[in-house]
Amino acid sequence: MIALHDAALSYGERTLWRGLTLHVAAGEFLVVLGSNGSGKTSLLKVLLGLQRLSAGTVTVNGRRPRRGSDLVGYVPQHKSVPPHTPLRARDLVRMGIDGHRWGPWRPQGETRRRVEDVLGDVGAAQFADVPVELLSGGELQRVRIAQALATDPRILLCDEPLASLDAEHQQTVTELIARRRRTHNTAIVFVTHETANVLPHADRVLDLAAPHDSAALPA
Amino acid sequence: MNLHEIWGEIFNFADYGALLSLVRNSLIAGAVLGLVGGLAGTFVIMRDLPFAVHGISELSFAGAAAALLLGTSVAGGSIAGALVAAGLIGVLGAKARDRGSVIGVLMPFGLGLGVLFLALYKGRAANKFGILTGQIVAVDTPRLSWLLATSAVVLVCLAVMWRPLSFASLDPDVAAARGVPVRALSAVFMLVLGLAVAVSVQIVGALLVLALICTPAAAAVRVTASPVLMPLLSASLATVSVVGGILLSIGSSIPISPYVTTISFLLYGVCRAAGAVRTRRGWTARRPDTVPT
Repeated sequence: MIALHDAALSYGERTLWRGLTLHVAAGEFLVVLGSNGSGKTSLLKVLLGLQRLSAGTVTVNGRRPRRGSDLVGYVPQHKSVPPHTPLRARDLVRMGIDGHRWGPWRPQGETRRRVEDVLGDVGAAQFADVPVELLSGGELQRVRIAQALATDPRILLCDEPLASLDAEHQQTVTELIARRRRTHNTAIVFVTHETANVLPHADRVLDLAAPHDSAALPA
Repeated sequence: MNLHEIWGEIFNFADYGALLSLVRNSLIAGAVLGLVGGLAGTFVIMRDLPFAVHGISELSFAGAAAALLLGTSVAGGSIAGALVAAGLIGVLGAKARDRGSVIGVLMPFGLGLGVLFLALYKGRAANKFGILTGQIVAVDTPRLSWLLATSAVVLVCLAVMWRPLSFASLDPDVAAARGVPVRALSAVFMLVLGLAVAVSVQIVGALLVLALICTPAAAAVRVTASPVLMPLLSASLATVSVVGGILLSIGSSIPISPYVTTISFLLYGVCRAAGAVRTRRGWTARRPDTVPT
């Protein structure tokens, strides 16, 4: 699903990582560790097509990564939503399907049913109509996972989805993502600091903390 | 002046029918402005830009004052000033952290320039006052055409970028990952906002644009979080404020702005109260029918 070969990323003089060769197969759960500034988020940006490698090659689903692919889902770090946002949980999920398209919102039965389905899948149906700014942190992360899954991606990229959640919610969110891998054979790349809850699910761990030659180690 | 006379100054409905026909252009302009202000306001609230709106309107005022002094088109001057301000705020204040200080620096400069131009201007005092506090009698047909054309540009731009702009306002990172051109949209929206401010300045005046571009949307978001109903409600509230303000003010010699601002403030109060009731009745209530996994 994901293939990096001898990849390197530098910003000016500073090399975040180099010599990174990595293959992630369908249904594999890869945990990415590393201190702040070690280039974990940048790795996800490369896979999302938002950042180009300084050297080496990368393919996602056999092609060069491109922005906005329906085959790649992205769960961002937990961040509170701006106040006074006229959107409900269901609207946030819908954005994952057609929020990037031009034009105003249009009612579409098919989209609506898809939104209901994924909300149900992550156990978020009961707060589907609650304004996003009134959701708790754990609820919001569930909805963000539903948003990332809305296009039925084959790869799920998670950028510290557990940050600023309490232990219980960390566990629920991790379970949700791990279950997705089991039920849909989705490849997971999970960037995190919270090893306790996540490592039990991991197939492999990529530690970017080492300043140079990074390697994927078995968990 | 006793209270009765003051009241008579504020509300005077003598010869109402005859006056009404004189302000036909203004009523059309007011209705369109309500639509523009209410819809643009939706994003002003989402993106936390009320201060930017105020900053743009002060530079728009400076542009209008310069045009007045030079004897050129006041509408053109206010649009030029607004676009310059919106462009500067968009470029220098792209990061939310920097934006406040950039606007705080631009705003007094713009006001100062405007005061300078007005001080040099030797024409009618009503013209001067009008740019700051609004005027309705001055909407002649060429000016109305200007206003309608500019408003049409704003409305078309907003309609085209509505969904991706909502996405980018809520979650810029995720929107970018989904292929939304976040930075370009942000820049284009600032320019569209500049146009919306410029047309509003010409009716409600530079000092009170926020009553049209911020208050109705802030009121609407208190009562609904539906991405479709909220902008519709916001546009309706703004239209009621402007058209109602015009209808109340035509008999008096007072500028239109206090009528508009008072109506829009009262509507905000009503919406806040309604929102409080809705919250107490359980806006945040979770449906019990499904059990979280």
